[in-house]
Amino acid sequence: MAINWFKYSSPASFYFLAGKMIPLFSIAAIVLGAAGLYIGFFVAPTDFQQGEAYRIIFIHVPAAWLSMFLYVIMAIWSGIGLAFNTRLSSMVATAIAPTGAMFTFLALWTGALWGKPMWGTWWVWDARLTSELILLFLYIGFMSLQAAIDDPRRADKAGAMIALVGVVNIPIIYFSVKWWNTLHQGATVSLTQSPKMATTMLTGMLIMSLACWMYAIAVILIRTRAIILERERHTAWVGELQLQGATR
Amino acid sequence: MNWASMSDFFSMGGYGLYVWGSYLVAIVCIAGEVILVFNRRRTLMKHLSLIHQSNKQEKINETAS
Repeated sequence: MAINWFKYSSPASFYFLAGKMIPLFSIAAIVLGAAGLYIGFFVAPTDFQQGEAYRIIFIHVPAAWLSMFLYVIMAIWSGIGLAFNTRLSSMVATAIAPTGAMFTFLALWTGALWGKPMWGTWWVWDARLTSELILLFLYIGFMSLQAAIDDPRRADKAGAMIALVGVVNIPIIYFSVKWWNTLHQGATVSLTQSPKMATTMLTGMLIMSLACWMYAIAVILIRTRAIILERERHTAWVGELQLQGATR
Repeated sequence: MNWASMSDFFSMGGYGLYVWGSYLVAIVCIAGEVILVFNRRRTLMKHLSLIHQSNKQEKINETAS
């Protein structure tokens, strides 16, 4: 049986596929979130240096990871949309931006609340914090530029330019703690070394990251569906959806 | 178990403000995003059904005239 890989690059078929997947990702997000918070607050031990303040890690690190990952994914879809002129890719990129911005804000906010008791300051202009702030501005720039252009296809292209140029910021964020002397600590978890933290802490953090992933996918799919309907409202298939009463 | 009592849990070893400040804002952000995205969908659906209604009305008018 030949699989038609392009089938789901059509907004109409993607709309129905996404509708089926949203409940799965939502349930996974809730279950993993509950498990992650339970491990984070009730199983993971108190840190011998930071006391209970370190428990911010279970939201801070997943939010920071997601803020970077989502940006890269947004840039990839933007780039594909730009290169192959595929409408759906650009719609997905547009749908990712608000969620990415939300996680970037959360990373900065929880970082400030963690920095105050540990470093004695809410904010410093060190490389890690500054480049993460620039990431927030990139997301906001992407969204405002797209909102300012009436023609959606032109908005897609303009947004893709910001997204692609801004990708250079991602390795800067990631390596900032190595390249410069930052107040922010180095990576606790990396691909090349064994983690420098207790197993239960690591498990909690990874499960919370998975939960954030599932949440991000669910909310991005819901937003993508809305964008598809907004842009395709004059097409025949949305009209048929109306006849079936599926849009009420 | 890490906590001897409820108040022990809420004080977070004296870091309650920072820990709960982080999680509270996280929950508010996530809940806010979910509410916004569902509102967007609801407004859109209303708009679409209005278009649909007026299209139907137009067709009825056309056949009547």
